[in-house]
Amino acid sequence: MLKSLTQHRLSGLALLAIIILLVPAFLNNPFQYDMATLVLIYATTVVGLNLLVGYAGQISLGHAGFFGMGAYFSAVMTSRFDWSPVPTLILGAALVGLVAYIVGRPILRLKGYYLGMATLAMGFIIYITLNNEGWLTGGPDGMPVPGLSIFGWELSTFNTYSFLGMEISGSLAWYWLMGVMLILGVWIAQNLIDSPIGRALRSVHGSEVAASVVGVDTPKFKNLVFVVSAIYASLMGSLYAHFQGFITPESAGFMESIIFVTMVVLGGMGSTLGVIFGAALLTLLPQLLADFHDYEMMMFGLILMLTMIFMPKGLLPTTQAFIRKKLHKKAEDKA
Amino acid sequence: MFSEFLQYLFTGITIGATYALIALGFTLIYNASHVINFAQGEFLMIGGMATVSLIGLGFPLPVAMVGAILLAALMGIALQRFAIAPAKQADPVTLIIITIGAAIFIRGIAQLVWGRGYHSMPNFSGDVPVRIGGAVVNTQTFWVVGIAAVLVAGLVFFFTKTMIGKAILATSMNKVAARLVGIKTDMVLMLAFLLSAVLGSIAGIIVAPITFTSYDIGIMLGLKGFVAAALGGLGSGMGAIVGGLTLGIVEAMTAGYISSDYKDAAAFGVIILVLFFMPRGLMGARVVERV
Repeated sequence: MLKSLTQHRLSGLALLAIIILLVPAFLNNPFQYDMATLVLIYATTVVGLNLLVGYAGQISLGHAGFFGMGAYFSAVMTSRFDWSPVPTLILGAALVGLVAYIVGRPILRLKGYYLGMATLAMGFIIYITLNNEGWLTGGPDGMPVPGLSIFGWELSTFNTYSFLGMEISGSLAWYWLMGVMLILGVWIAQNLIDSPIGRALRSVHGSEVAASVVGVDTPKFKNLVFVVSAIYASLMGSLYAHFQGFITPESAGFMESIIFVTMVVLGGMGSTLGVIFGAALLTLLPQLLADFHDYEMMMFGLILMLTMIFMPKGLLPTTQAFIRKKLHKKAEDKA
Repeated sequence: MFSEFLQYLFTGITIGATYALIALGFTLIYNASHVINFAQGEFLMIGGMATVSLIGLGFPLPVAMVGAILLAALMGIALQRFAIAPAKQADPVTLIIITIGAAIFIRGIAQLVWGRGYHSMPNFSGDVPVRIGGAVVNTQTFWVVGIAAVLVAGLVFFFTKTMIGKAILATSMNKVAARLVGIKTDMVLMLAFLLSAVLGSIAGIIVAPITFTSYDIGIMLGLKGFVAAALGGLGSGMGAIVGGLTLGIVEAMTAGYISSDYKDAAAFGVIILVLFFMPRGLMGARVVERV
């Protein structure tokens, strides 16, 4: 029974839903809820990025650019022009998707390090623009963002709400909302992976030439997944902005892009549950290291380096392989 | 009008020569191991910071410089031995993250040792600028361009005339074949990192009097070096020099004529444009992809 459960393609989704439902039982203050919400936001972002990096095998070192564009579109439109948050973040995602579509075609012709270079450059241009256009974005100091109002409800981490007769704090409400977003995000990604599009993407990862020989329109599929991952980033960027209530250009910066890619690689490229794990780890790690004060940066670099050296395939796939080996050995011993 | 242009040109060549040295460091390591070393900028930081602090301890400038270069060289070897060599079979993305982890680690140590402040280094020879055709030129410019030229000439000699240089070239062309003719490819990899670290630290030292130095200058300088290397074409020594100078001049002209806020954006814009039309940079090898 356990076997059939682990093999069904949506079993990962069920497991994820159970984890999301159980986590609040272990949290006991608003700060911890907010950290958990942050994990969910980053997790959903990198589930999208994983489609590009893990499945299609294309490097992006500028993905925070899309995250930042979504965040700033929501921030500027809702605060300066009084637009309603939900339509704004959807329109923002559509625009970011369009931008990704336009730059994607020429950029994705590049391979390996050149693709890394081009995406890095794209991210930097977005970051520099956000920094310099202070009249619109507040410059390096950042800008405040209004709360997320849905159907007239303003969802703020400072309020409490009653829902079906239960009292729910704003922090918890945000947690549930982002939990639903993550499940939706994983569900869409899973469906994409298991569709003909997903098979085409994996063939691109395996060998682009072989893929095009058997008739896969590789530029089209690469561009499609680039747009999809940009839309994930933009939506989550918008939600991040509303959740934090404040945004700075750093959220579109180079380090943020690197952290996104690291979440994917550290968790395990091509493993949806793995990258969620990676997102959780890299979001919480700075919190854990904060106690080391001056040594924080050094420790962070060291941990990054060591995990990648000793587990180049990522934490989850390495652990899975380890467990499988153990189980295999046990079965052999019995026989 | 013309003097203004000349002024920007000199600024561009100075910073461009530095970028060229960083790009050459990238090229050396890339050729030997197909790794893009995102910790390259940290060699510059170590070069500048160690020199400043050794001068602070009372050592004369040349001694301080040698000390800083030795420190960076040690770091280069350590990076290869302890971070790159154990991860031989890793994906390019994984290697990128390892070198970035190394960069953050080094930066973290530098921040512990030297703090977060900016440090200045005196010019090598006096603060009285020289006037050329109406442009005011800092004396350090001559040191930067001169030392960069000497280093490039030295590298050309090293790779074409010495046995060790030829061994590195052979390894970069075909590692297995190089090992078959008796080249110790492991040593070659270490040597490439060492040379790259020496180049980087010298670049960091000569540019420090112009730009100031602090624990975090390595990020941007390293990235610019990567842009320069990709602009010229990864793996091409000539490309690194052309890419570096082009990048420096584009930046200086943008800062002078358009806006200094967007000089970095211009550098990144140029690389995207060039890659659109020449996907392997200006002088990259036109290799046929093997299936």
